Amino acid sequence: MGDFILQRASSYAGDIDNLILLITVLVGVWFFLVEGMFFYLLWKFRAKDGQKGQYITGKEKHLKRWINIPHGIVLACDVVIIVFAINVWYNVKQSLPDAESTIRVIGQQWAWIFQQPGADNTLDTDDDIFTTDDLYVSNETTYHFHLVSRDVIHDFSVPVFRLKQDAIPGRSITGWFRPTQTGTFDVQCAEMCGIGHGVMSGRIHVQTAAEHSAWVAANSPAAGE
Amino acid sequence: MSHAVTADSHGHAHDAHDHGPQGILKYIWSTDHKIIAMQYMFTGMIMALIGGFMAYVFRMQLAFPGQSVPGFGVVSPGEYNSLVTNHGSIMIFWVAMPVLIAAFGNYLIPLMTGADDMVFPRINRLSYQIFLISAILIIASLFVSGGGFGGAWTAYPPLSSMSEYSLTKLGSSMWLLAVALEFVAFLLGGINFIVTLMNARAPGMKAYDIPIVCWMIVIASILFMLSVGPLIAGAVMLLFDQMIGTGFFDPTRGGDPVLWQHLFWFFGHPEVYVVLLPAIGIVIEIIATFARKQLFGYKIILYTAIVTGILSFFVWAHHQFIAGIDPRMANVFTVTTLLISVPIAEMMFVTVATLYGGSIRFTTPMLWALAFVAEFLIGGVTGIFLGASGSDIYLHDTYFVLAHFHYTFFPIAIIGTFAGFTYWFPKMFGKMMNETLGKIHFWGTIISFNFIFIPLFFLGIGGQHRRIYNYENFPDLIAGQPLRVVATVAMLAMLAFQVVFFINLFSSLKSGKKAGNNPWKANTLEWTTTSPPPHGNWPQDEMPKVYRGPYEYSHPDRDEDYWPQNLPS
Amino acid sequence: MKPLATTRSATGIPTGRLAIWWILASEIVIFGGLIGSYLMFRLGHPEWADAAAHTNTWIGAFNTFVLLSSSFTAVLAHQAAEKGEGKLAAKYLSFTILGALTFLVVKSFEWASEISHGYTITANGFWSFYYTAAGLHGLHVIAGAIIMAFIAKDAAQNKELHRVELIGIYWHFVDVVWIFLFPLLYIAK
Ligand code: HEA
Ligand code: HEA
Ligand code: CUA
Ligand SMILES: [Cu+2]
Repeated sequence: MGDFILQRASSYAGDIDNLILLITVLVGVWFFLVEGMFFYLLWKFRAKDGQKGQYITGKEKHLKRWINIPHGIVLACDVVIIVFAINVWYNVKQSLPDAESTIRVIGQQWAWIFQQPGADNTLDTDDDIFTTDDLYVSNETTYHFHLVSRDVIHDFSVPVFRLKQDAIPGRSITGWFRPTQTGTFDVQCAEMCGIGHGVMSGRIHVQTAAEHSAWVAANSPAAGE
Repeated sequence: MSHAVTADSHGHAHDAHDHGPQGILKYIWSTDHKIIAMQYMFTGMIMALIGGFMAYVFRMQLAFPGQSVPGFGVVSPGEYNSLVTNHGSIMIFWVAMPVLIAAFGNYLIPLMTGADDMVFPRINRLSYQIFLISAILIIASLFVSGGGFGGAWTAYPPLSSMSEYSLTKLGSSMWLLAVALEFVAFLLGGINFIVTLMNARAPGMKAYDIPIVCWMIVIASILFMLSVGPLIAGAVMLLFDQMIGTGFFDPTRGGDPVLWQHLFWFFGHPEVYVVLLPAIGIVIEIIATFARKQLFGYKIILYTAIVTGILSFFVWAHHQFIAGIDPRMANVFTVTTLLISVPIAEMMFVTVATLYGGSIRFTTPMLWALAFVAEFLIGGVTGIFLGASGSDIYLHDTYFVLAHFHYTFFPIAIIGTFAGFTYWFPKMFGKMMNETLGKIHFWGTIISFNFIFIPLFFLGIGGQHRRIYNYENFPDLIAGQPLRVVATVAMLAMLAFQVVFFINLFSSLKSGKKAGNNPWKANTLEWTTTSPPPHGNWPQDEMPKVYRGPYEYSHPDRDEDYWPQNLPS
Repeated sequence: MKPLATTRSATGIPTGRLAIWWILASEIVIFGGLIGSYLMFRLGHPEWADAAAHTNTWIGAFNTFVLLSSSFTAVLAHQAAEKGEGKLAAKYLSFTILGALTFLVVKSFEWASEISHGYTITANGFWSFYYTAAGLHGLHVIAGAIIMAFIAKDAAQNKELHRVELIGIYWHFVDVVWIFLFPLLYIAK
């Protein structure tokens, strides 16, 4: 559903959008059925002169079907949605594909700090690159991120990736993403974090592999080389 | 009015005792359930206008960022956060709860069950007084130095617990204290509702003769009582964190910020049904009356309400899917959350089916009740997108969530309230409201409501997050500006239509047509007494007895199409 | 004259007793939330046992004994009230109040000594819970004792005797909460 409103730029964005589409169809059908029935009955049984209402208690067997059958079908729809939802959830949040590179994302009032490995591609070494509010990543590369916070709860959200995760002070939460489109996109903070929450914006720059290694080379601190 | 009925000497003694002071004080110190109901109703109404005004200010800021808002001025980021936080808190705790539960509960439970008052009239009065203090406190918190609390109505620590992060030391504590006091008020009120319904019913009124709305308010009170406890404990901990520096929620000192989220949502989710159930009750009452129909399954509604209440204790973590809980837990909560759609769907089906075979009259209260059904469905089905963990990864904390819950809350707190208010207005004040003005107000409100919140669904799908005072800071979101303007303009239109309501209200109070005892030809007991009912509700020797259920409309054996509960047959 | 509603009893259970049970239900979830949170923390922080080692089990045990006996006199008061002997009921209630006062006095000496050793409410997570949970319980003891004093005064004149039972039920609850707190705060080390 989302693509015509907001582009998809990660490997799992499509899965999430398809789940949204599936739910739209299933509940949409129900929604229009119920509303349709509702307006039809309103029109059909509007008060007419000299006509009394009927005495129906809802205990009649042949009428009860009208509640019981939909009841069963709603349950079935729920099961379908649950299966697909858990499937997507599992792939995005529970499983962790092998990383080609690992970064650290640090939220603080009110900025994002990104810690990237330098040329050696290992985090927490001398050649790590630190940037503020701008994250440079390489396209078609599977990233792990360690998400931490220095003060209050923030939330690392990249809408085009369909990625969102709270950053909790005192914890390091690991997740993953794999960009599939080059370009520059918004990073938002999705959890109220104080007065500057509304300006806690970042940009993520998805570069081609070549661009990215050039960027790494150009930005690595001298100590690392 | 109170002396007309209790004319014996005991009656006077009682009056003198309970209503000691005279004049305005007599009103303030009354223990009469109807007066307390009106106090809740009008306090709620004033708070709704305050909450609406806040929405006006921040919607203007969203549509025209940085410009001075007429009647307020330029909105700073801190003020924006505080307005949003207090708008949400006020609308839920000081509008939806007091009006739907306390005002209607107080007014209707004794009248509909044939009692002359609540079983604990003085606790009832105490409940309102505590509530009033809490309302004054939350308003006052907006004006203290540092400004009102701005950490969202969910008040996640450490932002809410440490003033060096929130920068609103006094505001945070006052907000929390106000919420805690409000809880106490509703615990006291709830006990009264529950015990009154259990014990003070008219002779002959069996469990299934109780009007659904009374059941719903009582189930909601029980739900509230059983879910709010942990949050009260949490509020004490948070208050200690704020004021004396304990570290319950401070991770650097062994505390855990996520604990608060569990305590909050363990209450927070049942809370949405706490307000939903009374609204459904009101709506069902009205639909049965104006469709001239027996409910399509009294017991189904009652049981599904109870099942909803029970299930609601097992879904709370669907607000925390991506808040750092164990990802395996999300699967459990997805299942429970989606299952809760079944009883609620059934309630909706029964309501719609009740229309079948009716003789439907489109009075103003009926229009409001029907609009509730039509609009709440949108809010309900969009909850499914959020309950499915996979899609909530994307939708969490976007405007999609916001639109979801305004499509539930607005039907409940505003549409449901107007439905109930216009339906029982003749009983409360003895006058009819003007139907033409009522319908103008209805259509104006409903149409502008949809124009406010439909655009917000699309902004949410487009990736716009909540609680951000200026979207110009996010390049990808600037394109959505026209939708934001549409929503704001519709909001202004809605505010304008409320003027029609107040004109109608005051002119009807002054010069409305006399209502008589039973203008809608309804069955329930409140319509058997005078409008407005006297002190004690019925003359003492004419307390009603009950012979049948509340929805015996269009019975084939009778010429009249209604059959009041108190007629011996 | 009281409203008719206050004298009706559709369920057959007296209104006051129904109300007190609902009050207890709401209290149970409050303490349940607090104790549940404490248990979660305690399991996650084995090192809290060191802090817990500084609580005085003997004082705690003595207070448990005091509360249990005060509950016993509350039962006796109820029995006396059932028989319509208001004076006797009031006498037993005053023993219960005495128990409450003893409990509170012991508690304040205990706290004073702990605070003087530097174990204040902000010292660490364990002490925060210790003071919060016991403090909340203590507030219930104080409130119960005050209400009991009023009821005893009425009972002595044979008025509102049914309230003796109600305060008794409440008092047993206060007791039961302590029965949970004592092992959790004092014994688990
Ligand atoms: C009274 C208000 C109210 C009500 C009734 C509901 C009802 C529901 N809500 Fe909503 N919700 C809120 C108020 C409410 N909610 C609020 C205030 C928030 C945000 C809080 C915040 O963060 O500030 C929120 C947030 C919220 C979230 C968290 C979103 C997030 O932050 O990421 C979720 C997730 O599961 C959710 C789900 C649901 C579900 C499944 C229902 C269900 O009860 C809906 C059931 C009804 C139906 C489904 C419709 C009828 C059924 C049919 C027509 C049959 C067809 C259906 C199927 C085939 C399934 N809600
Ligand atoms: C019951 C709940 C309720 C209601 C009714 C409303 C009503 C409205 N809400 Fe609100 N809202 C919330 C609950 C509610 N809201 C919550 C919980 C939040 C989240 C807060 C947070 O993030 O922390 C929120 C947040 C919120 C935001 C998000 C801000 C942000 O995240 O940046 C926005 C934005 O547009 C908004 C808009 C509106 C608008 C335009 C209305 C309009 O519909 C208002 C119009 C109202 C009136 C015009 C009053 C009419 C009533 C009467 C006249 C009285 C009748 C009374 C009797 C008869 C007794 N709301
Ligand atoms: Cu950081 Cu919001
Ligand atoms: Cu919920």
